Amino acid sequence: MVPQNEFIQRDRGQHPPGFTPEYKTSVLRSPRLSLWSLQNSLSEVTGPVYGHEELGPLDHDLILNYAKSGEPIGERTIVHGRVLDENGRGVPNALVEVWQANAGGRYRHKNDTYIAPIDPNFGGCGRAITDQDGRYAFRTIKPGAYPFRNYVNSWRPAHIHFSLSGSGFAQRLITQMYFEGDPLIAKDSILATIPDPAARLRLVALLDLNAAVPLDSLAYRFDIVLRGTRSTVFENKLHGN
Amino acid sequence: MIPKLDYLSETPSQTAGPYVHIGLIPHQAGFDIFEKPFGHVMAGPDTKGERIRIEGRVLDGLGQPCRDIMLEAWQANAAGRYNHPADRQTDKDPDPTFRGWGRTGTDFGTGLYHFETIKPGPVIGRRGYKPMAPHINLWLVARGINIGLNTRMYFDDETALNDADPVLRMIEPAVRRETLLARRELRDGAVVYVFDIRLQGEPETVFFDV
Ligand SMILES: [Fe+3]
Repeated sequence: MVPQNEFIQRDRGQHPPGFTPEYKTSVLRSPRLSLWSLQNSLSEVTGPVYGHEELGPLDHDLILNYAKSGEPIGERTIVHGRVLDENGRGVPNALVEVWQANAGGRYRHKNDTYIAPIDPNFGGCGRAITDQDGRYAFRTIKPGAYPFRNYVNSWRPAHIHFSLSGSGFAQRLITQMYFEGDPLIAKDSILATIPDPAARLRLVALLDLNAAVPLDSLAYRFDIVLRGTRSTVFENKLHGN
Repeated sequence: MIPKLDYLSETPSQTAGPYVHIGLIPHQAGFDIFEKPFGHVMAGPDTKGERIRIEGRVLDGLGQPCRDIMLEAWQANAAGRYNHPADRQTDKDPDPTFRGWGRTGTDFGTGLYHFETIKPGPVIGRRGYKPMAPHINLWLVARGINIGLNTRMYFDDETALNDADPVLRMIEPAVRRETLLARRELRDGAVVYVFDIRLQGEPETVFFDV
C-alpha cells in the first residue's frame, strides 16, 4: 500500500538548521548526526483529527478568554490569515494555537521572571480551527518586546508563537510571527537562525488596515504554508495532489 | 530569467521557546484557561488494548535532563489502525474512543515526561512491505530546538516484529536501532515502558526527516 497524500519532501534550506551558535541554547540541544530520511508511511501521512466542537467560544479571543476584572491593557489587534499547503490550497480543519507575552513583554508562565508586570486580565494563549478555506482569526493585544539571556543585551521583537497541526503528523510545525516595521526584527538572534533572508521575511505579518475595525482594533495578516501532498502522476493513477 | 513553478514554500520553523507550555499545555505554565485542554491521557475508559504508561527523560549533549521539552505522541489503536480517514486498513476495526494523540511536557523538577495510553498494534508498511512493528511516533520541541524533532518509540518485547520492521531494518549502523527501543517494566502490576531520548551525544537517538 502506497499511502495516499504522501507529503512533498521538506526543503530544509527554508528552515533553520538545528545547530545555530548565535542562538546559544541550540548548541547542546541539536543532534550531531544526520537525520535519517524516512519515506512516508501511514504513520506520517495520518495525524490527529480535531473537531470544531472541542473548542470553547472564546478560545480564539485573547482579549476576553482570560478577562477577570476587565479587559487587558494594550493595543487591540486582530491577527488573521489562511493556512495553505504548498500547492496553494487552503487547509481546512487545521488546529492553530498561539501564545504570546502581554503588552509589557511578560508571559503568564511560572518560569518568566522579567520585571514587567503580569496583566491580571490576559492569559496569552488561544486556539482556533481553520474553516473550509483554511481561514483563521484571533483577537488579541499586541505583545511587547522582551529581553532574553543570549547575549547580555538580547531583545526579542514583538512576536506571537504559532503551532500548526494539519491533516498529517509530518506537517506539524511551530513558528513565530513578527509585526511589520519592528526595528528589533533585524537584530533578533532567533529569526537569524533562518539562513535565507527571504524566508525570514515570510514570518513578518503585514499591517492590514482593510481588516481593522474602525475605532476598535488594528489588524495584521499572516498566511502560513504547511507541507503539501505530492502528485503521484505515474503511480497507478493521478491522486492526492 | 527562468520562470518559477507556482508552488508555495513551507513556512519556516522557529523554536517553540521556553514558554511553549502557555500555548499548548497551559496547566504546566501555572494556569487553566480552556474548558477542554489537550493532555497526556490518551486512552479513555472504553479504549481497547493493553494499558501502558510511557515514561522517560530527554537528555542534552552533556547528558543532563531537559526540563522544558514539549512532546507529542501519535499512534495507531490496539488493532494497528490510525483514527484518520487516510487509513484504509479495512481488515482492522477502528476505535472511536481513541484519537491516538497526546501531548505533555517534561517536568520542571524531575525532568520526566509520561503518557497514559494503550499499546498499538502493527500497521501496514509502504508498498506492500512487511507490517511495521508496533510503534509510537513522537515529536519534540523546546527552547534551543529550532525545528521539531521526529522520532519513533518501539517496544523491546516485540523482538520478532522489530527484527522485521522495515524502518528499523534500514537504520545503519544497526547499533543505532537500539536508541528507538523502550524498555518494558512492571511497577505495582502496571506496565511501564521507559524511553529516554538523547538529543545529542552517545548514543544519540535516531531522529527522522519524515
Ligand atoms: Fe516568545
